[in-house]
Amino acid sequence: MIDEIRRVAEQYPVARSAILPALRIAQERHGGWLPPEAFEEVGEALDLTPAYCKAVASFYDMFHLEPVGRHLVELCTNVSCALVGAQQVLEAFEEELGVRPGETTEDGAVTLRTIECAGGCGWGTVVVVDHRYREPVRAEDVPGIVQELRDAD
Amino acid sequence: MPISEILLAGASERDLTKLEEYHMVGGYAQLARARELEPAAILAELDASNLRGRGGAFFATGKKAGFMPRDSPRPKYLTVNADESEPGTFKDREIMLRVPHRVIEGSLITAHAIEARHVFIYIRGEYLTEFEVLRAALDEAREAELLGGVTLVLHRGAGAYICGEETGLLESLEGKRGQPRAKPPYPAITGLYGAPTLINNVETMATVPKIMELGGEEYAKLGTPDSTGTRVFSLSGNVVRGGNYELPNGTTLRELIYDIGGGVPDGRELKAIIPGGSSVQILTADQVDTPLSYDAMREAGSSVGSGAIIVIDDRACIVQLGLRVAQFYMHESCGKCTPCREGTRWMVQLLNRIEDGDAEEDELDLLLDVCDRILGHCLCPLGDAAAMPIASYVDKFRDEFREHVRAGRCPYGGESSLERVFAPVDQHRGHPTVEVAT
Ligand SMILES: Cc1cc2nc3c(=O)[nH]c(=O)nc-3n(C[C@H](O)[C@H](O)[C@H](O)COP(=O)(O)O)c2cc1C
Repeated sequence: MIDEIRRVAEQYPVARSAILPALRIAQERHGGWLPPEAFEEVGEALDLTPAYCKAVASFYDMFHLEPVGRHLVELCTNVSCALVGAQQVLEAFEEELGVRPGETTEDGAVTLRTIECAGGCGWGTVVVVDHRYREPVRAEDVPGIVQELRDAD
Repeated sequence: MPISEILLAGASERDLTKLEEYHMVGGYAQLARARELEPAAILAELDASNLRGRGGAFFATGKKAGFMPRDSPRPKYLTVNADESEPGTFKDREIMLRVPHRVIEGSLITAHAIEARHVFIYIRGEYLTEFEVLRAALDEAREAELLGGVTLVLHRGAGAYICGEETGLLESLEGKRGQPRAKPPYPAITGLYGAPTLINNVETMATVPKIMELGGEEYAKLGTPDSTGTRVFSLSGNVVRGGNYELPNGTTLRELIYDIGGGVPDGRELKAIIPGGSSVQILTADQVDTPLSYDAMREAGSSVGSGAIIVIDDRACIVQLGLRVAQFYMHESCGKCTPCREGTRWMVQLLNRIEDGDAEEDELDLLLDVCDRILGHCLCPLGDAAAMPIASYVDKFRDEFREHVRAGRCPYGGESSLERVFAPVDQHRGHPTVEVAT
């Protein structure tokens, strides 16, 4: 992993610029989140302190500082999606998964969270499943999506 | 009605993500031509076109490029802003997905115009498919030796609206938290790694090849004199056919919402329009004949911003709208400037009190006062972007706000389309908010 990060860093005049790609690589390696070791690894690769790496990671919404489920369901509740029923879609996920937004199902399969505008406003409600956009999603589509994740798990 | 002969030209007939197809519509011919020209000649075309930045601030593109020093002992950089995170906006995404080579060609022409050898495209982290499409196009262009010795790096963000602000973007690209810098010095003097840097939006860059093809003066005949050319407008909210539409600047909201978008669904009434992303002032239904141009929108008390039109029907409670918008800015405030960091929290608290029917009449003025204390008091415009819309909701829908106070509850009685929307800030734990003392 350290070599991989250093290769990415070669694209930039200053190695520190590679911190976002480096944290992304580390997060993928550690099952979707950044445990304390990850900051040591990224720090070693880029010659930064672990504390610095954590300070940067905590600024960005796509880095997780706590464990997440094997699948990630992220739902936009910003204005355009909210106007066309995002809350109803969210409630359908809550019901189907038995968790509140920000939580992970007991079996560790799925983390549900709400996000700010994902940039699919004309096709709301936007739901991002494992980093791929689904648009539009309606409440009646939710059981199918959850089933799909359970099957893939 | 929808014309797409500039930015998205050819994209309906062909798969322009492929270099071969892009060549068939004259792709990269303008780059070849531009490289034969003196940089100053390209800047002259940009000036003649009167192209103004499509990222939201509307700054004249040729003029901004002209701020770049001719001679610099340090390398010069072009940074393309593909962070697209203004709520309601999804047009850069369409451009990257459908005409990625046009984005690359425009960026390379612009790099030549400012004599930069290094280009970074900063793309928001959530846009994974868009990144892949752009990367494939870049690989093709590199293989075909179109880069001409210029390094072009695709850099993915990681989820932060503030990294769309140009100096926040530079900080992020330098491997830091994306907190904006004080200006001056402006990026043209002290930008990326302390070197001269030009920052332009994706759509701005994708327009450049056509300006070179048509000539700046011809391009300037499209649209209106103050807002030349076309834009890809993002239409969303309570409208039948949401989506991206390339139209000449100066198209009216009515034409976009009704003729193209099919109007408001379910037989509902139009209540309000957000004409340029959530950072701009709201318009009322009677302003639906306002043209989407810089001057006309300014006269109407708002802005075309990022070209994102959000249609709101009569089911929406405006206090709830304000709350959801304020929650967004509270979530995205980078925390550097006190008025923005604290003020956005005050807004959320006050709007919650008003919505719950717990507020007194004078808290409406307190809310406006909070907005006033943010406006113009922060390093970057994010604070203003929170204060301006919220103040406009109170100004334009004061009776609805008052009704909440007088009745001691929301007049929509649980039936608003924006009822109890769960925002990302609601997910935060250990996130204390100031108590509003009243
Ligand atoms: C809070 C904030 C967010 C912004 N987000 C974006 C964005 O996502 N994309 C963008 O192109 N410009 C964004 N801007 C505007 C940029 O600061 C800058 O003006 C723009 O990228 C310049 O390009 P242009 O002249 O081609 O429009 C944002 C500005 C602010 C204050």
